Amino acid sequence: MAGPDRQLTLTSWIGLALIAFNLVIFLAGPLLAPYGQEETMGAPFAAPSAEHLLGLDQNGRDMLSRMLYGAQLSIGVSLLAVGLSFSIGVPLGVVAAIRGGATDIVMSRIVDAIMSVPVLISALVVLQALGSSLPVLIITIGLLDSTRVFRLSRILAQGINAMEYAEVARLRGEGLVWMIRKEILPNAMPPLVAEFGLRFCFTFLFVAGLSYLGLGVQPPFADWGGMVRDNQQGILYGLYAPLFPAAAIALLTIGVNLVVDWLLAGRTNVQGENR
Amino acid sequence: MTDVADRVLSIRDLRVVAPNGSVLVDGISLDLRRGEVLGLIGESGAGKSTIGLAAMGYGRGGCRISGGQITLTGTELRQSGKATREAMRGVHIAYVAQSAAAAFDPSMRLDRQIIEAPVQHGVMTATEARAWMLELFRALQLPNPETFGLRYPHQVSGGQLQRAMMAMAMSAKPDVLVLDEPTTALDVTTQIEVLALLRDTMRRYGTSALYITHDLAVVAQIADRLMVLRHGKEVETGTTGEVLQAPTAEYTRRLVAERAGSLRPSHGSHKASEETLLSLDGVSAGYSGLRILNEVSLSLQRGETLAVVGESGSGKSTLARLVAGLLSPASGRVTFAGRALEGSYRKRGIADLKAIQMIYQLPDVALNPRQTVGETISRPLSFYRGLKGTALQAELHRLLSLIGLPDEFAERLPDALSGGQKQRVCIARALAAEPDLLICDEVTSALDPLIAEDILNLLRRLQDELGITYLFITHDLSVVRRLAERTVVMQKGRIVEDRPTAELFQTPQAAYTRTLLESVPELRQDWLDDIMARRAR
Repeated sequence: MAGPDRQLTLTSWIGLALIAFNLVIFLAGPLLAPYGQEETMGAPFAAPSAEHLLGLDQNGRDMLSRMLYGAQLSIGVSLLAVGLSFSIGVPLGVVAAIRGGATDIVMSRIVDAIMSVPVLISALVVLQALGSSLPVLIITIGLLDSTRVFRLSRILAQGINAMEYAEVARLRGEGLVWMIRKEILPNAMPPLVAEFGLRFCFTFLFVAGLSYLGLGVQPPFADWGGMVRDNQQGILYGLYAPLFPAAAIALLTIGVNLVVDWLLAGRTNVQGENR
Repeated sequence: MTDVADRVLSIRDLRVVAPNGSVLVDGISLDLRRGEVLGLIGESGAGKSTIGLAAMGYGRGGCRISGGQITLTGTELRQSGKATREAMRGVHIAYVAQSAAAAFDPSMRLDRQIIEAPVQHGVMTATEARAWMLELFRALQLPNPETFGLRYPHQVSGGQLQRAMMAMAMSAKPDVLVLDEPTTALDVTTQIEVLALLRDTMRRYGTSALYITHDLAVVAQIADRLMVLRHGKEVETGTTGEVLQAPTAEYTRRLVAERAGSLRPSHGSHKASEETLLSLDGVSAGYSGLRILNEVSLSLQRGETLAVVGESGSGKSTLARLVAGLLSPASGRVTFAGRALEGSYRKRGIADLKAIQMIYQLPDVALNPRQTVGETISRPLSFYRGLKGTALQAELHRLLSLIGLPDEFAERLPDALSGGQKQRVCIARALAAEPDLLICDEVTSALDPLIAEDILNLLRRLQDELGITYLFITHDLSVVRRLAERTVVMQKGRIVEDRPTAELFQTPQAAYTRTLLESVPELRQDWLDDIMARRAR
C-alpha cells in the first residue's frame, strides 16, 4: 500500500521490528523453546535465572517456553478470526452498497441487530452453549467481528460508488464482479488494510480476554491471555510471572498500531475532497 | 513615483516554498496605493492565491514565506511576531474566498459572524459594529438590511451570501481586501450584480484590494492595474488598459487572444444530416417529488452540436442525466435513433449504452485513480467491441494519438496527469465505445482558459473526423458560441428558446436569453458601466 516515496519513520521501524519479531515467534516458536510446554521444571513462581530466563509459572513450567508455544495459538486464532471476518464482511458490505434498496436494508438491519448486543456477551453465550473449542472460538469471533467490517466496507463502497468513475462503469453496463474487483476494492484498500491491523489488535486482546475468563484457549495449551490469568496470584506476592505474557500482548498490539498509523499517515483526506 | 505614505501594501521579492521544497512564488514585488485595485491574473498553479495569503503574512497548508518583505500599513509582517500579524488580520487586511458557503459557520447567525472581527479586535463596540454592518448591507443592496443579519447562511441565496461575506470582510474597515475569485462560483447574471456592488462599495470607502481571478474580462471591470502571473513568476504588470490593449509578453497575448476569440461566433461544421438521432417529447422528470424538468421537447440531428445553456438550477444537468439513463422521465417520450429509449440505464440494451457516452466536468473524479490510462481506455474496447491482444493495443494507440497523448501515457496512473490530460483521457474512453451521441457536461468549466480552448478544439476536430453528435451542457456562453450550431436556453426546467446559435446571439427573443447574453463579461473596461447604465434606464 505504501507509495514509493513513503519515508520509514522511527516509529514505523519500531512497529515493523515488533511485528517481525512476533512473526518469527509465531512461525518457529516451538523450535526455539528450550523446554516443553507441559514440563514441570521446579518450584512454582521460581524467579528468572540463567536456565529459565523468564522464571517458572504457577505450576513450575518454564515461562519462556510456554510463551513461545503460546504465540502460535494466540496469534493464529486472531489471524484466522480476522481473516474470516474480512472474507465475510467486505463482500457483503460492498454488495449492500452497490445493490442498495431492499438488499441493503435487510443486510444492514440484521447487522444492526447483532451489533446491538455487546460482543463480549454474545461471545460468552455462544462459547458457553457450544463449549470452547478452537473452531468454535475462531468462527464465533470471526462472525461477530464481521459486522464491524461490513459497516466499514459498506460506507467506503458507498462513497466510491458515488464517484463519477464508478458511474461511468455502471453506465457502460459492467456487472457486479467488475464493479467490486476493479472499481470499488482497489480504491477501498488503504482504509481496509488499516482496519485489518486494528481489528487484529482488538481480536487479539479479545481472545486474551476470553482466555482470561476461561472461555478461550483451554489448558493445557498455552496462550498469552490464559497465562496472565493462570499467573495472576503472583501479582499478590510481587512476582514477575504474570507481567511477561501481559507484556507480550502489549508489545504486539503496539507494534501493529504503529505500523497502521504509518500506513494511514497522509491518507486521512476527506472523501470527495477534490470536488 | 507614489508617495510612500500612500502605500497601504508593499511586497518586495516575495518567495514562498511548499513543504516539499518546491518554489510556489518567486521574486514577486508589488505596491498597492490607497483605494487601488490590483488584479492578479493567471492559470491554476500560477501562485495567485499564495501571493494573496502571503500579503496577510500567512502560508496555507504548511507553505512557508522564505524570503522578501511584506509591509502592510507601515508594519513589516515577517519581522513582527505572530501576535502582531494576527492582530492585523481582519483589521488592516481581510480575505474573501471563492466559496461563501464554506466561509460561514452554518450554525451561527450571519450578524454574529459579521460583527465578530471588529469586536474581537477591539476596534468597535458591538453597537458600533452592528451600525456599520447595516451600512454595509445597504451599500451591498442586501434585501431588508435590518433583518438580513438574523438569518442563517442556508437561508439566503448564493449571491446574497457572497455579498454577506464581503460585508464580513469589511466589518472592521480594513485597508486592504484580498479577493480570491469572489464571483467565480456565481451564475453570470448574479456575477455582474455582485461585481458592480463590490466595486462601488470599495470605491465609496477607499478600500484597496488584490483581486485574484483567472477571468480577464471580469478583472478588467474592477482593477486599476493588472499583474499577470505564471508558474509563480511575474509575466508582466501594467495598467489594465495597457495590458489588455498592448500586452508585451507572449503569454499575455495568448490569454487576451483566447478571451477575445471566444466572443467570435463559430462558423459551425454543418455536417448535420436530416436524420433525427435523439428526440425528447414533452419530458418531465425530477427527484423525489421535486419536478426539475418541465415538459421539455427537443430534437437533435445526427452530426449536430446542440448546446443546452442556463444557470444553476435550470435543469440542464438533469437533462444530461436523463438522456444518459441515470434518471427516468416521469412522463413524456424519449426516442433515440428511431426507437424508444428506456428510462433507466439498467433496462437499456448494450447497443444503447454503447451509443450514448458521457464526459464529465471534473476529470479528477471521472477517472479511477487505480487504473492506468491504458486500462481505462482499453476496457470499453474489449467490453463493447471484443478487441483483444494486438488489435486492442493498436486501437488503444490510435485513440491516444487521436487525443494527442504519446503512447507511453498508457502506463500512467491519473495522478501523474494534468487536468487537461485527464480530460483528454476521459474523451478517449468515451470515443473507445464508438458512440453516436456524446454528452458533454460542463467539460471545460474546471479547466484553465488556454487548456479549455485546446479541449474545445479537440472536440471540434473529432466531430469533423468522426461525425459524432454532441449534446453540450454548459453555463459558459463563450463555449456555446465557438462550438454549437444550435442552442437551447433553459430556465427553471423549461426551454425558453431553441434556435441556431448565430441567430440566437444576434436577435435573442426571450427576455431571459437577453439577460443571459448581456451578462457575459466583455474584454473592455467600460463594459460594466455600460451595462449598469443600461439596466438603470
